[in-house]
Amino acid sequence: MDFPILSSIIILPTIGAIFILFGRSSSNYNAAKYISLFVSLANFVLSLYLWYEFDKNSSGFQFVEQRVWLKDFINYKVGIDGISVLFIILTTFITPLCIISVNSTIKYRLKDFLVAILFMETMMIGVFCSLDLVIFYLFFEAGLIPMFLIIGIWGGERRVYSAFKFFLYTLLGSVLMLVAIITIYWMTGTTDVVELYQIGINPKFQNLLWLAFFSSFAVKTPMWPVHTWLPDAHVEAPTAGSVLLAAILLKMAGYGFIRFSVGLFPIASEFFVPLVFGLSLIAIIYTSLVALMQEDMKKLIAYSSVAHMGFVTMGIFTMTPEGIEGSIFQMISHGIISAALFLCVGVVYERMHTREISKYGGLVSVMPRYAIVFMVFTLGSLGLPGTTGFVGEFLILLGTFKVNFLVATIASLGVILGAAYMLWLYRRIVFGEISNSEINKLKDLNKSEMIILSLLAFTSIIFGFYPDPLLSTTSASVESLINLFNSNLNIYTAGKL
Amino acid sequence: MEKLIIFLPLFASIISGFFGKKIGNKASQITTSLFVSIAALLSIYLFYDVIINGYSSNVIIAKWISSGLLDVNWSIKIDQLSAIMLVVVTLVSAIVHIYSIGYMSHDPHQPRFMSYLSLFTFAMLVLVTSDNFLQLFFGWEGVGLCSYFLIGFWFKKPSANSAAIKAFIVNRVGDFGFALGIFLIFYIFGTVNYEQVFNQVVLYEDNNLKFLGLEFNSINLICFLLFIGAMGKSAQIFLHTWLPDAMEGPTPVSALIHAATMVTAGVFLVVRCSPIYEYSPIILNFITIIGMSTALFAASIALVQDDIKKIIAYSTCSQLGYMFFATGVGAYNIAMFHLFTHAFFKALLFLGAGSIIHSFKDEQDIKKMGGVYKHLPYTYSFMIIGTLALTGFPFLSGFYSKDLIIEFAYLKGNTVGYYACAIGIFTAVLTSVYSWRLIFKTFHGNYNNKNQSISSVHESPLVMLLPLIILAIGSILSGFIFKDLFIGHGNFINFWDGSIFFLEPLSAEHPPKYILYLTPVLVTISIPFSYYIFLKNKSFINGLVNSNRPVYLFLKNKWYFDELYEILFVKSSKILGKYFWKKIDGLVIDRFGPDGLSNLFKYFSIKATKFQTGFIYQYAFVMLIGFSLILTIIIIK
Repeated sequence: MDFPILSSIIILPTIGAIFILFGRSSSNYNAAKYISLFVSLANFVLSLYLWYEFDKNSSGFQFVEQRVWLKDFINYKVGIDGISVLFIILTTFITPLCIISVNSTIKYRLKDFLVAILFMETMMIGVFCSLDLVIFYLFFEAGLIPMFLIIGIWGGERRVYSAFKFFLYTLLGSVLMLVAIITIYWMTGTTDVVELYQIGINPKFQNLLWLAFFSSFAVKTPMWPVHTWLPDAHVEAPTAGSVLLAAILLKMAGYGFIRFSVGLFPIASEFFVPLVFGLSLIAIIYTSLVALMQEDMKKLIAYSSVAHMGFVTMGIFTMTPEGIEGSIFQMISHGIISAALFLCVGVVYERMHTREISKYGGLVSVMPRYAIVFMVFTLGSLGLPGTTGFVGEFLILLGTFKVNFLVATIASLGVILGAAYMLWLYRRIVFGEISNSEINKLKDLNKSEMIILSLLAFTSIIFGFYPDPLLSTTSASVESLINLFNSNLNIYTAGKL
Repeated sequence: MEKLIIFLPLFASIISGFFGKKIGNKASQITTSLFVSIAALLSIYLFYDVIINGYSSNVIIAKWISSGLLDVNWSIKIDQLSAIMLVVVTLVSAIVHIYSIGYMSHDPHQPRFMSYLSLFTFAMLVLVTSDNFLQLFFGWEGVGLCSYFLIGFWFKKPSANSAAIKAFIVNRVGDFGFALGIFLIFYIFGTVNYEQVFNQVVLYEDNNLKFLGLEFNSINLICFLLFIGAMGKSAQIFLHTWLPDAMEGPTPVSALIHAATMVTAGVFLVVRCSPIYEYSPIILNFITIIGMSTALFAASIALVQDDIKKIIAYSTCSQLGYMFFATGVGAYNIAMFHLFTHAFFKALLFLGAGSIIHSFKDEQDIKKMGGVYKHLPYTYSFMIIGTLALTGFPFLSGFYSKDLIIEFAYLKGNTVGYYACAIGIFTAVLTSVYSWRLIFKTFHGNYNNKNQSISSVHESPLVMLLPLIILAIGSILSGFIFKDLFIGHGNFINFWDGSIFFLEPLSAEHPPKYILYLTPVLVTISIPFSYYIFLKNKSFINGLVNSNRPVYLFLKNKWYFDELYEILFVKSSKILGKYFWKKIDGLVIDRFGPDGLSNLFKYFSIKATKFQTGFIYQYAFVMLIGFSLILTIIIIK
C-alpha cells in the first residue's frame, strides 16, 4: 500500500474540524453541519473500502505505516488487524449518525460541538490503529478532552460535577498507564507493539504492569467498582455525547484489554483471570439489579451498559476463540444498540424535557413508529436471538462455560435480569394508558430520526441473522492472539519446572 | 416445498405488519389467513409424503454463527417428528387465523394482530424444523417473544402488560437452564448439531464432570438442564405461573399459543432429544414425577376457578403434565400422540370459550353465565365434543391417547411408573369433573348475568363457527385414525425410525384388563356425578367448601405460588437493587471515591488558606521555626 489510507482516515475528520473552526461565517450553522456530515460520511466510505481491501485470512497487521517521530524513541506507527478494523468501522458508522442527530439537540455553539465530535473521531480511530504504545496513549487520552468538553459545556444541570467525576476517574487510571509505558520502554528499549509481542516482557514485572494498564482500562470499560462516573456522565451529556460515549469511548477499553493486556502480558493476564471474572460477575448481576430500580431512563441504560461491558471483559479473559470473538462482537453490537437506545431516549427527551420514567406511558398510541424501533433495540439489548445482542452474549457465555462452569452459570442469570429491566422500562414508557396529558401532543419520529434509527435497527437485525462478515473478519487475528498467549504461557510454565 | 411452508407465514407477517395500514384490515386478514392456509395444506401433503414414502430431508439455508469450534447453520430438517409438528402448527394456526377475522372484528389493530399470529407461526416452524440446538433456541425465544406481544396485545390494560412481561421472564428462567444445557452439549460434544450430538451420546455415557465440587454424570446434567427449559415453555409446576396469566391475551391467541403449539414445544424438545434422554433413566424418572405432579396440581386448581379461560389454561397445564410423564416412562411416541390429539380438542375448547365470551360481550366469569345452551346451540355442541374428547370419553381422540399414557406408565413396571399410573387415573377423574363443571355452569342452570338479558346472548358469526368444525372433526376422529401410526402398530411398525430413539423397544404387552377399563368407566360415571353436584344439589358443594375452607382457599389461590414468588424473587430483587444503588454506589463508592477525593483536596486547601492570615508576625514566626529546624538538621548531620 502506497497510499496511506489509515492516516487519511485518522486525519480526515480533523481536517474537517479545522475547516469548520476557521470557516468565515460564525452564524451559518448549516455550512458547518454539511461539512461535518460530508467529512464523516466520506470517512465511513473510506473505512468500508478499507474493510473490503482487508485480507481476512491473514492474521498479521495490514496497511502498516511507520514514520520516525522522535529519532530512536517514538515512531508513528499505525496498522490494523481483524480486531481493530471492526472498531474503526463502528466509529465511522456512528459518527455521521451522531452528526445528523445533532440537528435538533444542540441549541447553542453548534459549530464548536461539531468540531469536538470530529476531533474525537480522529482520536478514537487513532486509538484503534496505533501500533506504538506512546501513540496509543496520546490518542487514548486526547480523546477524553472533547468528551470532557461535550459534557461540561453542553451538558445538563449537574454537568460540572459529572465532567469532573469523569475526568478524575479517567485521569487517575491513565497516569498509571503512562508510568507503565515508560517502564516498558526502559526495560525493552521499544514501545513498538509488534516488536513487543515478539520480545515478550519479563514475567517478573508483568503483574505490576498489567495492573497499571488495567487501572486505566477498568475505569473506561467501566468495571465495578469504578463505574459510578458513567451514569452521571450519561445523564448530563447531550444525546450525541451519550451516543459517542456508549458506542465508542467504552470500546477503547475493551480493545485495550485485548490488544495490550492479553497481548503484552499473557502471564499476568492468566494470573488475574479470577479478578477479572469476579469483577465482571459483580458488574453483570449488581448493575442489572441497580438498573432495575432506576427512575431515570438514561441512567437505566447507562447501568445496562456496565452490565453488558461486564460480559465483554469476562469473554476476553476466557482466552478462548469463542469468548474473545464474542466479546468483540458484543462490543460492536453494544455500540449499535446502546447508541440507538440513547438516541431513543433523546427523541422523547427533546419532546418532553424529562427523563423520568414515571412521566411517560402510553407512547405507542401517539408514536407508533417510535414504539417499533424502540422495541427492536429493547430486544437487542436483552439478547434476543436474531439480533446482534444474542450472538455476542451467546458466544461469550459459551467461551466462559468452557473455562469455568460456575462463572458462566452466574453470568447467565444476568440474561434474565436483562430481560426484566429492559421490558419493564419499555412497558412503563411505551405501553399503558396515557396518564400524562403532555404525551397527547407528541409527534412521531421525523424523517431524520427515522433514518438514523431504522439504519441502526436494520444493522442490528442483519448481523443478528448473518453475523458471519464480522466473525470471519476477526477469527484469524483472534486465533493468532490466542496462539501467542498460549505459547508464552507454555514457555513460562516450562521454564518454571 | 419445506421452504415455502416456513417462509409463507413470515411473508404474511411482513405484509400485514408493515403494510397493514395501507392495504386495510380485510386485505391483511385475507393475506395472512390465505398464506398460512396454503402452508397448512402443503404440510398435510408433506406429512402424507412422510408417512407413505418415508420422505425426509435436511436443507441448509445459510450459515449462521461460526466461531472457534462452533459452526451453526440455518436449516430445515424434515422427518416424522417435524412433519407431525408442521401439521399441528400450521393447521391450528390457519384455523385460528380465520377465526380471528370474526373474533377481532371490533378491534382497531387488526393487521398488527394478524401479523403477530403469522410471525408466531413462522417462529414455531423454525423451532420444529431445526437441525441443531441453537436454531431451536432461536425459535424457542422467538415464539416466546410473539407470545409476549400477543399476551400484551391490549397494551392499555396494565394486567395484560404485567402478564406479558411475566410470561417472558418466567420463560427466560427456563431458557437459562436450556442455554446452559446447550453450553454443556457444546462443551462435551463440540457441536450443537442434533445428529452429531446424538451419534456421540453413547460414548459419553459414563462421563462425569465436576460442578460446585460435586460430581455429575454429564448426560444426566444435560438432560436436566434441557428439561428446565422444557418446564418453562410447557408451564410445568414451579415454572407454570405465567400460563394462567397469559389468558390476558385475546382468546384465539390462547388457543394457538397457549394450548396447541407453543406450550407443547417443551414436550417436543424432550421427544426430539430422546437419543440423549434414553441414557438418563434418573432424569426420565424426574420428568415423570414433575409431569404427574403438574397434572394433579393443575387439575386441583382447575376445580375451583371461575374464569372460563383460566380453567382451560390449568387444564392445558395438566394435560402437558400427562405428555411429560409419557416421555418420562419412555413412551415418546405416545406423548406425541397426546400432543397431536390435545391440539385439536384444546384448541376447540379455547375457541369455543372465545365464542362464549364473544356472545356474553367479554364476560369470562362462569358464575355470571348459565342456562344458555338453547341460545348457543352450535357453540354448545362444540364445547361438548371438546369436553368429551378432553376427558377421554370412549372412542373420542383423548380416549386413545390418554389411556395409552396410563397404560405405558403401568407397563414401565417400576415404582414411579405405578405412581404415575395411579395419579394419571385420578387426574383423569378430576379432569372430567372440572370440565363438566365448566359446561354445566356455563350452559345449564339459571341465567346469572345481570348486565345483559338472556335474549341478547346470540350465536357467534359463521366465520368463527366454521373453523371449529374442522377442530371438532379432529377431536372426534384423530385418535381413532392415527392410533396405529403413533403407536407403531400394523403397517407403521417402523414409522418412528430415526426420529425417536428407544434404547429398548416399548413393551408390547397389555396391562391387566381392570386398568384398561377403569379410566373410561370412571370418566363416564363422573358426568352424572358432576351433573348432580353442580346442578341438582348445590348444597353438597357448598357444604364441602365450608367445612374445608383452608383447602378451598389454598386451591382458589393457586397454591400461593404467585405470592411466594413475588416475595422471593420480585420484591427481593427490587430491594437488593435499591440497596446496591443507594447504599453501595452512593454511600460507599462515591463517598470514598471521587467525592471523598475532592473533599480531601478541599479540606487541605481550606487548611492551607487558613495559614494565609496576612499577619507579618505569624509569617515571621513560621520562618523562624523553619530556619531553626533546618539548622538543627544540618548540625546533627
